[in-house]
Amino acid sequence: MGLENVIAEALPEVLTTRLDSLINWARKSSLWPATFGLACCAIEMMNATTSRNDLARFGAEVFRASPRQADVMIVSGRVSRKMAPVLRRIYDQMPEPKWVISMGACATSGGVFDNYAIVQGVDKIVPVDVYIPGCPPRPEMLIHAVMMLQDKVMKESVRDRRDIPEEEAREAVVPGTLPITDGSTARQNTLPESRPYTIASRHERRRSN
Amino acid sequence: MSSEPENTEPAPSPLVAALQREHPEWFSEVIVAFGETTFIVPREHIVAASTFLKAWPEGRFDLLADICGCDRGVEEEPRFEVNYHLFSTTKYHRIRLKVVLNEEDAHVASVTGVWRTANWHERETFDLFGVVFDGHPDLRRILLPDDWQGHALRKDFPLRGYEPYSLK
Repeated sequence: MGLENVIAEALPEVLTTRLDSLINWARKSSLWPATFGLACCAIEMMNATTSRNDLARFGAEVFRASPRQADVMIVSGRVSRKMAPVLRRIYDQMPEPKWVISMGACATSGGVFDNYAIVQGVDKIVPVDVYIPGCPPRPEMLIHAVMMLQDKVMKESVRDRRDIPEEEAREAVVPGTLPITDGSTARQNTLPESRPYTIASRHERRRSN
Repeated sequence: MSSEPENTEPAPSPLVAALQREHPEWFSEVIVAFGETTFIVPREHIVAASTFLKAWPEGRFDLLADICGCDRGVEEEPRFEVNYHLFSTTKYHRIRLKVVLNEEDAHVASVTGVWRTANWHERETFDLFGVVFDGHPDLRRILLPDDWQGHALRKDFPLRGYEPYSLK
């Protein structure tokens, strides 16, 4: 929101848990997932919003096509290594606060695809808040995961999720820009220059500390 | 045996015989197995043979159905194959051209000038087997990421790749 950043910096002692709970309640009550279907789990994800399962009961039915308007990324399906930078780019484009649900065995651990093409767990790319087992999980399990995420949101403090300082954001490569070869890859024997692909989100830094 | 090919039959033997009679240097060996006809073509003749087969009135192989790479194994010599699957949309027969390549010199001329669809097929074969198609207009990887190391369908490529993939 922005207001809580100012309050947290100006009056760190005054920020009470009551403001936290108010903001968290507002956040958890309207989680907007980003539409990010990758594989068969996406079918179950769509099913979770149908009239039979009705994810809307828990305020998370507005799947947005734009990551700019989304709070939650539901990684539904196997993440190929070629898709991994795209996924990370979409995550970077989502504004804070943001959360990630890893849906299904493949997104969580690579599943049965233990090979060169599949990322062995999406938590190698983005920080994951809730993991769902299953192949694919039933819509009820996704709804349960959303409810678990809502419980988790209620335990957070607004100070945990401040935006990344602007000067730090400038240092990073524009999210999603891959080193692209021009012309023939056959001629290219050296790796492109190693640059930081992206900067860690506040959420990730908090996890690593 | 009738000279007119059946719909489901491969190129009949009169065609094969005619091809070998006209251009013995292009079609060095013929393999007929499982109802399929395969010509082994020396790699320096692949463009000439392709151009001829496409325009040949008896053949009219106007469709390049697929290009498949093949790794016979690390210890094999020659190690790589490139298979061109041809089909005639007017005469309904099929043929396969096979080029065998050594590992040290896995180069073959591109047939994109003959069939334009060869562009992506050759990129795929290059991507997964490391066969270089000389004269290809845009020989880049097509399936694997641009910064990939190695060629994934080679027999000596480890199942999990060479190193943990990182976003750097």
